[in-house]
Amino acid sequence: MRVNPVTISALTATSCLGAGLRETCAALRAPRSGLTPCNFETVRLDTYIGQVAGLDVQALPGDLSHYDCRNNRLALLGLAQDGFLEAATQAVARYGAHRVGLFLGTSTGGILEAEIAYRHRDPLTGRLPATFKYAESLDFFSVASFVRKLLGLNGPAAVVSTACSSSAKVFGMAKRYINQGLIDAALVGGVDSLCLTTLYGFNSLQLTSALPCRPFDAHRDGISIGEAAAFALLEVLAPVGAPGSLALLGVGESSDAYHISAPHPEGDGARQAMQAALDDAGLMPSAVDYINLHGTGTPSNDCAESKAVGAVFGSKTPCSSTKGATGHALGAAGALEVAISALAITQGFMPAGLHCSTLDPSCHINYLRANSAAAPRVVLSNSLGFGGTNCSVLLGQCA
Amino acid sequence: MTAEVRAIGLLGPGIGSWAHGRTVLRGAALYQPQLTVIPASMALPPAERRRAIRTVNLALAVGHEATVGVDIDLTKLCTVFASSGADCTNCHELLETLATADRQVSPTRFHNSVHNVAAGYWSIATRDTASYTMVSAYDGSFSAGLVEAFSLVTSLRHSVLLIAYDMDYPGPLREVRPIPDAFGVALLLQPSLGSGTMAQLSLSFSDESPAEMHRPELESLRLSAPAARAMPLLELLAGGRAGVVRLEYLDNLSLSVTVTPCD
Repeated sequence: MRVNPVTISALTATSCLGAGLRETCAALRAPRSGLTPCNFETVRLDTYIGQVAGLDVQALPGDLSHYDCRNNRLALLGLAQDGFLEAATQAVARYGAHRVGLFLGTSTGGILEAEIAYRHRDPLTGRLPATFKYAESLDFFSVASFVRKLLGLNGPAAVVSTACSSSAKVFGMAKRYINQGLIDAALVGGVDSLCLTTLYGFNSLQLTSALPCRPFDAHRDGISIGEAAAFALLEVLAPVGAPGSLALLGVGESSDAYHISAPHPEGDGARQAMQAALDDAGLMPSAVDYINLHGTGTPSNDCAESKAVGAVFGSKTPCSSTKGATGHALGAAGALEVAISALAITQGFMPAGLHCSTLDPSCHINYLRANSAAAPRVVLSNSLGFGGTNCSVLLGQCA
Repeated sequence: MTAEVRAIGLLGPGIGSWAHGRTVLRGAALYQPQLTVIPASMALPPAERRRAIRTVNLALAVGHEATVGVDIDLTKLCTVFASSGADCTNCHELLETLATADRQVSPTRFHNSVHNVAAGYWSIATRDTASYTMVSAYDGSFSAGLVEAFSLVTSLRHSVLLIAYDMDYPGPLREVRPIPDAFGVALLLQPSLGSGTMAQLSLSFSDESPAEMHRPELESLRLSAPAARAMPLLELLAGGRAGVVRLEYLDNLSLSVTVTPCD
């Protein structure tokens, strides 16, 4: 069933491209990649990463210092940009703490602290060090619990953890809750930070590239893992949604029901999710001006996604993956790329897909290898993940 | 928001099914705690079955119980999975490997580490291409899942399957997250039609504290795992009684559920 659009009244993103939208936009416009050779923690792997600067010295507020972990530091750094904390605080004052929801996506949360704690177990008892705080770091809900306390929110909350679609799905969830009157506003987003689990894990699946990732290049050979925090404040359309202001038009979701760690080869699930987002918004494919692809840079993902895009949109709609610039922020990728899609609309450009020197000839899509000055009005953002989970988010402007 | 409960699946320490759990919750049978017995899922293709972990089998077992014999198209059924920590044994073994010098992570162990692994396997087992989601809210994970499932029933005007589950934590993690045994519950929900289903439920938020179980052994069970926070609701459903229960959800917020049995 179609539901009404909601207003995106505040937005922010922090990744290896920089802290906040201004730095993110400057890097995309340059265009410049934030990927660097991996020197993270004690990791010794031949790969590139998208690392956020300054997290080692980021401190949490004193009364919430027990939530200290890389993921929550990243959440706080992200919330502190673009006046987002102030906008969220104003929404709480406007609607009441119990009328503002909180829905965040993450795939590994604060697992880095558990990885380090496991190196310091008691040799006799096997116990973890007393400094290790389970609920405040390793538990999936940690980041939402932290943000809920930081902002004094008392409304419904949840962490969505569906691998790489996590922080796209929270947009659909919040839009539904707002339309059903359960809440008046929602803080949504994604926070995922570098850790050994994903670096060694994707390496074990031979899915990481030794070079900066090259989405849709004929010679692409894997992902570059990144980290990011991106947030949006969603509100009921009236009375906030002035004509021309940014709107969440539709969200579509599906499952491949095919394989736990490989996409459906024909992109059936991704096609269904894109179509469902269009149906949710009541739009025809021709209304979409630009698609921010999931485009991880693995041979199978990009191939399947291009078939799905072709099936829904044909071969003309401009599209690109921005993961060559940001890396794959996994559970935060959805929200990060919604923020980039929003920048495309508000700043009037379509970002290039970096590191694609030879477009894969089997991908019949209009892939942007240079920035385009054409200003998109309606943008679709794709997020596809392990477990065959697909989510497409459609952004535009309030009528 | 309202929805009807059409069927239930249940598995926990000393509880082998909803039929069994119902007699215990009604007081018609004594509660005798035993280790949870999780059957291997026959619904998975053989290759997937070999690699499936206990969490997957637990989620599939209760999901299967709530849908078997029900006239419903599983390939188009929207699902909501709710779990605090999903598979902590898998997580523990991954963390142990990463603490060694060579850090040679098993690819299977890694893909089983995603929180949505059971959801992914459910979709493969049932060829279900409708969307699924996976929510987590610490001890309030069941309530977070129930709110999400009700929202989807209301929005889609279609049935939704909620599967909430938590696994026993191994080794050093159990000291910091003392979940002693596996517990899973599934509710097949549908829009309110009044068509001879089990009961109609109505949800609202409350700032009052959650309800406890009257019998101490069942209160211990409720507190043993986040998914078991569903017990006060299951007790009302088991007795076929009308009433209101408050379920644990978040700090300063619980979930009030009004139960009206269908005739």
